[in-house]
Amino acid sequence: MNDGNQLAGAPEQGSGDGPRARTRPRLSDLHVGDVLFTRVAALTRASLIDYAAASGDHNPIHWSERFAREVGLEGVIAHGMLTLGLAGSAVTDWAGDPGALVSLEARFSRPVPVPDPGTTEVEISGTVGELGDGRVRVDLKVSVESRTVLARSQAVVALSD
Amino acid sequence: MLRPPTARPADSGVTVTTSSRPTGVDQTQVGRVVPPTETYVVSAAKIEEMARATGATSPLHTDREAARAAGYPDVVAPATFAVIIAQRAEAAYVADPSSGIDFSRVVHAQETFSYARPLVAGDEIRTTVHVDAITERAGLTFVTTRAELADAAGETVAVVGSTLGVRGEGR
Repeated sequence: MNDGNQLAGAPEQGSGDGPRARTRPRLSDLHVGDVLFTRVAALTRASLIDYAAASGDHNPIHWSERFAREVGLEGVIAHGMLTLGLAGSAVTDWAGDPGALVSLEARFSRPVPVPDPGTTEVEISGTVGELGDGRVRVDLKVSVESRTVLARSQAVVALSD
Repeated sequence: MLRPPTARPADSGVTVTTSSRPTGVDQTQVGRVVPPTETYVVSAAKIEEMARATGATSPLHTDREAARAAGYPDVVAPATFAVIIAQRAEAAYVADPSSGIDFSRVVHAQETFSYARPLVAGDEIRTTVHVDAITERAGLTFVTTRAELADAAGETVAVVGSTLGVRGEGR
């Protein structure tokens, strides 16, 4: 994500073709329960610095071990909005059109620690929750070491039939 | 999501009783509307930065010709871009000492995005923040705001809902 070496959100597993090669998904091809995509985003401290710079959220709990411990955390944690951003990117990359996103939401149910040195893998998958009215509701599962970090996470995407 | 702690008066003027108001958040601000304080201009450079930082790989984030071919006036912002604009606007409320919110005791609880259309480079956005709810649960005070992002024509582009949880003293 910072140097292209561990590109956050790079599809590690999926339908086999990259987002550029893929045609846009069609509503009529989808069924409730279909797994639409999975990806793993590998986060390092550099990823958090990148997100802080991009977003303008410079809270020291996302870069200072000392500060994070002073406020009762076990160490530096990722921005909740970085985790949700990774999930949102997985959705829009699957959709093939970021402008098709109607809504996106999540509860931040568990902090995502990012050690130094080290890498934290955020696992993201999207499943069809509901179809209709030119839209698909994508239910998102976002976890670290198999533990959910975003609860009640879902996106709605507009698609053509 | 958390912002650096802001200076907070030693006495916020709130009568603190551990049972009803342990966190110092001023509950009388529910319903407050904070009008726009700036015009935020969406740039292609910031869109590219945010797309890269969140792992978004669509060429529509970075290639103006591809975006135009897809029917957009310019490059398209990634899914959570609106939070940049929303947080700047929310700061007028949450970072103001009068809110009683101590950022060293805040966790981000929930975030919602609703888009009427995607943000694109060149958009000039003015944002109004509504303080929708302040509730107590399990010793935490939850503060819910709603940021409405409007374009130069005054049309709503996106609505960003945010809930912060504020821990009580000593928790």
